[in-house]
Amino acid sequence: MVITDETIEYVGILAKLELSDDEKEQSKKDLSDMLDYVGKLNELDTSGVEPMSHTFPISNVMREDEVTNGDDKENMLKNAPESNQDAYIVPNTF
Amino acid sequence: MDYEVMIGLEVHVELNTRTKIFCGCSTEFGGAPNTHVCPVCSGMPGSLPVLNKEVVNKAISVGLATNCDITRNSKFDRKNYFYPDNPQNYQISQLYYPICRNGHVIIEVDNPDGIDPDTMHTLWSDPATDSKCEEITESERTEKGKKLATYKKAVRIHEIHMEEDAGKLVHDGFTDETWVDFNRSGVPLIEIVSEPDMRSAEEVVAYLEKLRETVQYLNASDCKLNEGSMRADVNLSIRKKGSTEYGTRTESKNLNSFRAIRRCIEAEIERQIEIIEDGGKVVQETRRWDDEKGYSYPMRSKEDAQDYRYFPDPDLVPLVISQEWIDNIRDNRPELRDEKKIRYKEEFGIPDYDIDLITGEKALADLFEEAVAEGADPKKASNWLMVETMRLMKEHNLDADQLKFSGTNLAKLIKLVDAKEINNAVAKEVFEKAIFLDNLDPEKYVADNNLSTKADSGELEAVVRKAIEANPKAVEDVKAGKGKAIGAIVGFVMKEMKGKCDPAEANRMIAEQLKNI
Repeated sequence: MVITDETIEYVGILAKLELSDDEKEQSKKDLSDMLDYVGKLNELDTSGVEPMSHTFPISNVMREDEVTNGDDKENMLKNAPESNQDAYIVPNTF
Repeated sequence: MDYEVMIGLEVHVELNTRTKIFCGCSTEFGGAPNTHVCPVCSGMPGSLPVLNKEVVNKAISVGLATNCDITRNSKFDRKNYFYPDNPQNYQISQLYYPICRNGHVIIEVDNPDGIDPDTMHTLWSDPATDSKCEEITESERTEKGKKLATYKKAVRIHEIHMEEDAGKLVHDGFTDETWVDFNRSGVPLIEIVSEPDMRSAEEVVAYLEKLRETVQYLNASDCKLNEGSMRADVNLSIRKKGSTEYGTRTESKNLNSFRAIRRCIEAEIERQIEIIEDGGKVVQETRRWDDEKGYSYPMRSKEDAQDYRYFPDPDLVPLVISQEWIDNIRDNRPELRDEKKIRYKEEFGIPDYDIDLITGEKALADLFEEAVAEGADPKKASNWLMVETMRLMKEHNLDADQLKFSGTNLAKLIKLVDAKEINNAVAKEVFEKAIFLDNLDPEKYVADNNLSTKADSGELEAVVRKAIEANPKAVEDVKAGKGKAIGAIVGFVMKEMKGKCDPAEANRMIAEQLKNI
């Protein structure tokens, strides 16, 4: 399947990635190979088959409405590239 | 040229569950930043969301109360977008199989312009969507030709879906940084999407009030517009009257009060009419309303509309809702306002005006029922709630759901007055000082503070005798048929007794003694 320049440009915007010209060419080829690979499935007639979102036949995994988590702010904020005592810090947004 | 206005609403309601939709973090409002946060609601890779059953229960109960079909095989989908308040870079929502579909609510709309019922069918019919909007009650039909003070119509609900709320961004002007608080991230929401069946700001407000009252009575949310637990986005388009095609619609956001919604709609109608009259075209876009300035400005247009790339969330398994589950919720749902109105009339016989005011807030209806269950006279209980309670709520700037006193203590107060332990003036004082804010036991408060106005009848008799002797002119006037003159004698008694007696009792005793003169 041919990936156009427009498509790779658009995918880059959606993924918030800036690609160099070389990277674009490489990505076009990689994406094309991947789509050709799964494209094999198109050989099957799937009309009348319900799309599936899960491979296991399970449903209704739920929990009761009970608070199980306490204040774990300190540990949570350790995951952030930048934080102060109370909050995650991100570049000026608005 | 006459125009027809088409308005549809997207209403987000924050559900009042104890925990978030996909993790066991508390949803309590007002916690210190990031103290109700775990790997799931801060979007850590490898964490696994697990659905809160109570969210499903509440969504189904709202769906049933709004006459929706419940989707028996429901799923969650990922809505992908980048923004710092959204830690996963996707919001878990429902696009393909929302939990509820095809509902409607009946709204009652104020009709200050006096729409003629004869013209209503043509006015509200909508051939484009085969809408069943017009609904006039039987009693209204018989009053044909008369302008209606209110009219009823159905607003259809397209769907209700479950989703998670985003975090909160706080901009720090000093450091020029943006701080993120994920306490709200993962708080459960339902989004109620209506069909474009509303035709005026009045109808929109009536619809929102109906939704709010329904959700509050179901105990699914407190629905406060100003605190963001209920949020409405307004989709609005206009078309020339008689046309069956839809005009281009705009979406307005940032509407935090009924007043803002009303003003925004009126301004948007005017703006769109002006564009069309000038030969222009309305652009499909999202606009942000500034209520202070009284106008809206564009946020984003259709051209840069986002591509959300929805797909089923592989972390969450399908939701299969059995008939038994639905029946169980239907059988156990709380009484709704319309049902309460009918029951209050039959059971308590209080006036429609009282019923309307008391059931206007679920918290007041609860207080009323508790007081009556404790033996208070229904009309007296409703008077206390409508007059003193509402006056003090205004004075203290409190909402009904912030009231702290119990119906039991209100019933006790009413009984104290009935037993003539205290008079009305003292009762009001006790209500304001002891009950309204502090919920103290009025019996104990009256005893502790020696407020009883039940006079020793021997003492009262003596004072009455003294009052008659001290007011010969008034006595003469009463005897001459000027009944009102007795007021002077009663006043003398009340003053002598320092207010601690029942004026009606004093009145009765004076009249009795005067008979013997």
